[in-house]
Amino acid sequence: MSRAIHLVRVVKTYEGSPPVHALAGVDLSINDGELVAIVGPSGSGKSTLLHIMGTLDRATSGRVEIAGVDVAELPDPDLSALRAHHIGFVFQQFFLLAGESALDNVADGLLYTGMVLKDRRELAADALARVGLASRASHMATKLSGGERQRVAIARALVGSPRLVLADEPTGNLDSKTGADILGLMMDLNTEGTTIVVITHDRALADRLPRQISMLDGAIVEDRLGVSA
Amino acid sequence: MTTAKERPPSRLAPADMARAAGIGLRTRRLRSVLSALGIMIGIGAMVAVLGLSESSKSDLLAQLDALGTNMLQVQASSGIGLGPGTLPDESVAMASRIGPVETVSWVGEVQGARIYKNDLVPDTQTGGLSVVAADPDLLDTLQGTMAEGVFLDQATPDFPVTVLGSVTAERLGIHTLETPTVVWLGDEWFSVVGIMDSLALSPDIDRAALVSANAAETYLGYDGVIRTVYVRADPSEIDDVRNVMPATVNPENPDQVQVTRPSDALEAREAADTALTNLFLGLGAVALLVGGVGIANVMVISVMERRGEIGLRRALGATRRHIAVQFLGESLLLASIGGAAGVLLGALVTAAYAASQGWAVLIPTVAIVGGIVAALLIGAVAGLYPAMRAARVSPTDALRTL
Repeated sequence: MSRAIHLVRVVKTYEGSPPVHALAGVDLSINDGELVAIVGPSGSGKSTLLHIMGTLDRATSGRVEIAGVDVAELPDPDLSALRAHHIGFVFQQFFLLAGESALDNVADGLLYTGMVLKDRRELAADALARVGLASRASHMATKLSGGERQRVAIARALVGSPRLVLADEPTGNLDSKTGADILGLMMDLNTEGTTIVVITHDRALADRLPRQISMLDGAIVEDRLGVSA
Repeated sequence: MTTAKERPPSRLAPADMARAAGIGLRTRRLRSVLSALGIMIGIGAMVAVLGLSESSKSDLLAQLDALGTNMLQVQASSGIGLGPGTLPDESVAMASRIGPVETVSWVGEVQGARIYKNDLVPDTQTGGLSVVAADPDLLDTLQGTMAEGVFLDQATPDFPVTVLGSVTAERLGIHTLETPTVVWLGDEWFSVVGIMDSLALSPDIDRAALVSANAAETYLGYDGVIRTVYVRADPSEIDDVRNVMPATVNPENPDQVQVTRPSDALEAREAADTALTNLFLGLGAVALLVGGVGIANVMVISVMERRGEIGLRRALGATRRHIAVQFLGESLLLASIGGAAGVLLGALVTAAYAASQGWAVLIPTVAIVGGIVAALLIGAVAGLYPAMRAARVSPTDALRTL
């Protein structure tokens, strides 16, 4: 099985006085088809790790392979292309565009692939159906509830069938019932084959996922397989 | 492991680029309208100024065309040591002997004679009007027309009759000749037989009461001195006629003869209008500049507010260039909306004003095209810095906001 993510001794240091060592030598491999929780308190480096896995930021040193590509030497436009075609993101704040319908927000997941609008909308309609929001396609993003917005955001992350979906605190702005629904949706999508990495500070939520990686002070302190009771 | 060559690049189709550029305008309508307003006012002012000056110029040219530019006005210089200038008696005959000259008419000022509405008006209230002796051909030479009645003719040389210039009639309050009208002229009652239309090229005559030479001599003590000679000549040789005129009418003292071309004054007015037009164009340009600063300001604020969107787009695969193009496109869109509205506004103003003046509406193409191009240039300049700022936003910082 090939690796969606392969990190070797990844260090990330933010310049300043004193410099901040956000990641202090992380080794991590995630295979295609896995569903992984990265859990840890604020400031443990999990967001930095997600940004590096999502090629939104570059490691200070170490080897970073994403979707089979060594990204260290890639110029910026190539990283953008990698994100456009192979990586989907889900954010705590949803980041839906206010002036667009749910369908067009999902279709924006393919915006930078160069696909024409008609095809994008067709795929978007399928993706909305997969997250159970087919009936809301024409609603403006601002008219949806929090849970619905996050479903739209998940559909947007999925619409291009990326090799990897990175979710940054996807339930952080939702009540616990809605959050549980969203997590269930991601587990369903994972069983259909999508590789998903969920970042959370919520240990209970992490424990429901098949693999949990615990972080503290920029290092992995535990990497555990199996759903705990 | 795949190589870079096998991966498709990040792409944004032109139609999507336009859609992305429009999203900011759609979600912030009031602000967009207000910032486009600045450009609209600037472009509108410039188009209106150009349109109005073009329309009025075409009207002036039509006027010049109708009046003809082939008239010369010959006067004796009046200056220190010369006293009130006079032309020699032979000047009319001499001038008419110049080959290309078509018609010659003369006017002589009747010294000391004043015109009043009646004999009760105090002597000092002359109203700035003069009394002149004129020959019967004057109307033809000036290409004038009568508003009322008839001009002086050979049939009535000896009677106390007068023809009023348009301003004279206005100042005396005489608008119609339906009932016999007399005026107190010199120390006699004169019948008014005609009122002339305004003469664009000879405002002096507008302010005069005209009498025949014989009547002037008989009733007003006119001494027969010729003050001004009007000459119509072949338009193609008008400059030559002008050059030989002084020596022809006054061979002894050609330097005491002043030859002017009244149509030059109209053309000078046109030149003065041009200076004014340039001033207003400058003001329009300032308004445009202020509009551009407004757009730049709105765009900078927009970039700060939309950091989250910028982060999202980078995460969706937008390159820095895509982000820059989106914001630059938004600025161009704002400016071109303002520019198009401004051209429309300027055209409407021109049409309305030209209609009120009875001019033909003329909006130069260069104003329309130039207006749009100027708006686009302003939009590009105004959007450049905000667009570069947007492109430089780091995606991780952008996504941390909110």
